[in-house]
Amino acid sequence: MIVDKKVVANIAELAQLEILPENMQEFVDSLTDVLNLVEEMQSVDTNGIEPMSNPLDGVQRLRSDTVTESDQRDYLQEVAPETANGLYLVPKVIE
Amino acid sequence: MPRADWEVVIGLEIHVQLLTQSKIFSGASTRFGADPNTQACAIDLGLPGVLPVVNEEVYKRAVTFGLGVGANINTRSVFDRKNYFYPDLPKGYQITQLSDPIVEGGEVEIPLADATKIIRITRAHLEEDAGKSLHEDFHGQTGIDLNRAGTPLLEIVSEPDMRSSAEAVAYAKYIHQLVTYLKVSDGEMSQGSLRCDANVSIRQFGDNELGTRTETKNVNSFRFLERAIEYEIERQIGVLESGGTVNQQTLLFDPDRGETRPMRSKETSRDYRYFPEPDLLPVEIDQAFIEAIRQNMPELAPQKARRFAEEYQLSDEDARSLSADSHLADYYEKVVGVGKDSKLAANWVRVELLGQLNRKNIDISETPVDAKELGYLIARIKDGSISGKIAKTVFEALWEGEAESAESFIEANGLVQVSDSSELQPLIDSIIQNNPKQVEQFKAGKTKLMDFFVGQVMKETQGKANPKQVNELLNKKLG
Amino acid sequence: MHEQSISQMLDALDRKEYSCEELITHHVDRIHQLDEQLNTFITHTAEQAVTRARVLDTARAKGEAPPLAGIPIAHKDIFCTEGVKTSAGSHMLDNFTSPYDATVVEKLQAVGAISLGKTNMDEFAMGSSNENSYYGAVKNPWSETAVPGGSSGGSAAAVAARLCAAATGTDTGGSIRQPASMCGITGLKPTYGRVSRWGMIAYASSLDQAGTLTRSAEDAAILLNVMAGYDPKDSTSLFMDVPDYTQALNKPIDGLRIGVCQEYFGQGLDPDIESGIQLALKMFESAGAVISDVTIPASQHAIPAYYVIAPAEASANLSRYDGVRFGYRCESPADLADLYQRSRNEGFGTEVKQRIMVGSFALSAGYYDAYYRKAQQIRRLIKDDFLAAFKKVDLIIGPTTPTPAFKIGEKSEDQISMYLQDIYTITSNLAGLPAGSFPVGFSQGLPFGVQIIGNYLDEARILNLAHRLQLETDWHKMSPEEFS
Ligand SMILES: [Mg+2]
Ligand SMILES: [Zn+2]
Repeated sequence: MIVDKKVVANIAELAQLEILPENMQEFVDSLTDVLNLVEEMQSVDTNGIEPMSNPLDGVQRLRSDTVTESDQRDYLQEVAPETANGLYLVPKVIE
Repeated sequence: MPRADWEVVIGLEIHVQLLTQSKIFSGASTRFGADPNTQACAIDLGLPGVLPVVNEEVYKRAVTFGLGVGANINTRSVFDRKNYFYPDLPKGYQITQLSDPIVEGGEVEIPLADATKIIRITRAHLEEDAGKSLHEDFHGQTGIDLNRAGTPLLEIVSEPDMRSSAEAVAYAKYIHQLVTYLKVSDGEMSQGSLRCDANVSIRQFGDNELGTRTETKNVNSFRFLERAIEYEIERQIGVLESGGTVNQQTLLFDPDRGETRPMRSKETSRDYRYFPEPDLLPVEIDQAFIEAIRQNMPELAPQKARRFAEEYQLSDEDARSLSADSHLADYYEKVVGVGKDSKLAANWVRVELLGQLNRKNIDISETPVDAKELGYLIARIKDGSISGKIAKTVFEALWEGEAESAESFIEANGLVQVSDSSELQPLIDSIIQNNPKQVEQFKAGKTKLMDFFVGQVMKETQGKANPKQVNELLNKKLG
Repeated sequence: MHEQSISQMLDALDRKEYSCEELITHHVDRIHQLDEQLNTFITHTAEQAVTRARVLDTARAKGEAPPLAGIPIAHKDIFCTEGVKTSAGSHMLDNFTSPYDATVVEKLQAVGAISLGKTNMDEFAMGSSNENSYYGAVKNPWSETAVPGGSSGGSAAAVAARLCAAATGTDTGGSIRQPASMCGITGLKPTYGRVSRWGMIAYASSLDQAGTLTRSAEDAAILLNVMAGYDPKDSTSLFMDVPDYTQALNKPIDGLRIGVCQEYFGQGLDPDIESGIQLALKMFESAGAVISDVTIPASQHAIPAYYVIAPAEASANLSRYDGVRFGYRCESPADLADLYQRSRNEGFGTEVKQRIMVGSFALSAGYYDAYYRKAQQIRRLIKDDFLAAFKKVDLIIGPTTPTPAFKIGEKSEDQISMYLQDIYTITSNLAGLPAGSFPVGFSQGLPFGVQIIGNYLDEARILNLAHRLQLETDWHKMSPEEFS
């Protein structure tokens, strides 16, 4: 896998991260280094091995369908950067 | 090339809001119409450190649907994260089910104009809804309401089995009927409880390969669904016939303009980087869970229509119409239970009740005329104590809220039919006496005049005379 | 009084040698005097702490004091604390006051433990030196020029410097054990799911686990008794009873089967550390334990698997930091993309951004199978190796880190060598096993620990062996001279 600026720019778009031109090379190098580090995984034979998402292979308990939360809008919006009329504000979204 | 040469291929993804009190992963309310963000708790907002917990009811509803379409219920299902950025998606990912959905397979038989058709279900998976962007101007900004975020959805994905907009609409209507029947959803389309994504492609008849499809998202009425698909078919034919190619893209239907247009927002990153949601463990449900739901499955519309036709001796049309909506069907059966005349009840429910409901545009659940009252009216018509005409008057009064009950209204207004011959006899005698000319003509063979005499009796009794009885008595006197 | 263990403090409080208020004030004063040079705290909550101490003194006078009333602790700044800034060491959350408490915080508060503040950490727990904090590096109390380890570096250094009796931490790849080893204290990462993650800011959800940084195994047992247990708010927490961890501390260890993990003694291991571990093993042997070799062959792939899985989960976990509902928002964003991209670039530090990039890559179309899926398969191989080993032995022993604390700045330019710091700790996170680090010697004047890994839910046995070690040695009682 060759990591170049284009690869980094694509991933940055997915991750919604601005990468300034002066930092671009650093990101190329870091992604290259980490991919080199993890490359040796490819030599491991994992045929037929079930991927493990949770260490305990546990199963989910379900909660009962009850409303436990009440309106805390004002309190929760205390930490919001910008709100109006109870809404969170973002730059104009064009559909 | 004429349109008839193109084969249309349609598959639908229908998002159904599941009927629950609380959200799929939090204890916030799902009630419709609350003030913005008053039903968005810390979990729905994706605050740092919060975690999802799965609502059991959501699983029950999904399994109910699965059983309703004869699908496989996966005893092990897994939630995944679907990653993309959008302001109405608080965590930057949607929790959904990708490779191990709760429901797989199944099929439905939908009614078409002159036949029925099987539409296969690919899968139905659970996921959380996003919030809402309000595009009205807030100082040049967009407002975000996250009340809907985390609302439980079942996404029902069909195979590309539909071949016209009419079939697609029939299928969507069928699913709507099914989920409301099963109480999987309230089906309130005006509140966003059922939304369709239409995958549309065209190909020439005989082609084995499918054409490139477009996905028109979030169509929330059957009429728009039909128009969106029709527009898309014409557009794609236009593109292909002018030598172009159809692009695989996501579209939105603009009902004001009646056209579809590309959706800008989610286009940039189609790479959703799905992976198993590490905050949730796989859900395992056992056979007992499924069996308990199977035991309580309500009768479905097609079964009910068949039963109505047999048990109540209804025409196919009456049976189908009365079973189309589960509330209406329940209402009808209550009317029959009291009224004891299934055909009369079918008539009254379809003509009088539905007529009024449609005129006033209100739902059966909000009818001002109780099924017991209508049943009572039918019983009285049947035993001859009131005429159909009087019954209409009483129904009117019930509808307008002017009558406490049918019985009390009939009594208070002295509307009970006169079928007592000792009461009718003198009246008929005096009518015969006062109309010698007509009597003469009748006896001379102008039998049509019978209607005249009956009308006179009715006039005198203000419609309360039993027409059958009047006829008999007149015949005896004149014949 | 700051040299006392938790049970000694509780005794003293009971005997009225001092009050909660005196105990808390004493520690608050120490923090004021000493923390400027160490930088272990991001936020101090001295005032609330003293107020709370007075309330608990009153309760104690009435005989209504909860069991840990007055014990001075600190929380890693990754735990949400209602009404108190919770930053996760990031500029992104510099302005974030949590509206709710983490379950761990709530539980410790309920038993009367008093939090003196929020400790410094690598940003979003990504790091092994505490140099990745928006709030600056933490210094190792044993040497001004050395790192304390990370990411729970603030908690470890605060406990080592006797600024609090104990602290909470989180361990995703070694973030409790590695700093515990480097600061000469006891660090315990319980079984995955043993302690609720509710309110613990996520780095890598399937690896993150809350645990303790304490002076001794006994103190760890006391705290774990409080912290462990099923939490209906955390779906991944274990629905199982919690034993009394203090009960097992003094069990005899004869017959205990100890495995020495061969993969943990390869090249790159500091010779002093190696001989320290050997000494501990001898001690255990003479106390009746049976020592044998075990191998975890798949552990050689642990670092690659970890540096795919953790960044992948992190890349999604950190998507919520978008400048909309909380946290940092860039100045006058031009449009939505600008809001997202600039807020995230300016709000996150370099290491965090690099891990988000790695994780997004590993999950992206065409690479998922080769990276993410592969890593999850290797993860199972590692678990299977451990399960096989635990058929033969009860506990597995090895070093916690390859070297003692390194110099501040020494590895900060070399990302990969920093990653290799976690070589011995990462496997138990991937497998979800409980593991602890316990002081067992010094190399170049700096402390180091022995790592004890247990089978699932076998925290009690780990603490039992560690307690035995601490009954027979004094490593855990040593404190850096300046802070004694
Ligand atoms: Mg879809
Ligand atoms: Zn969907």
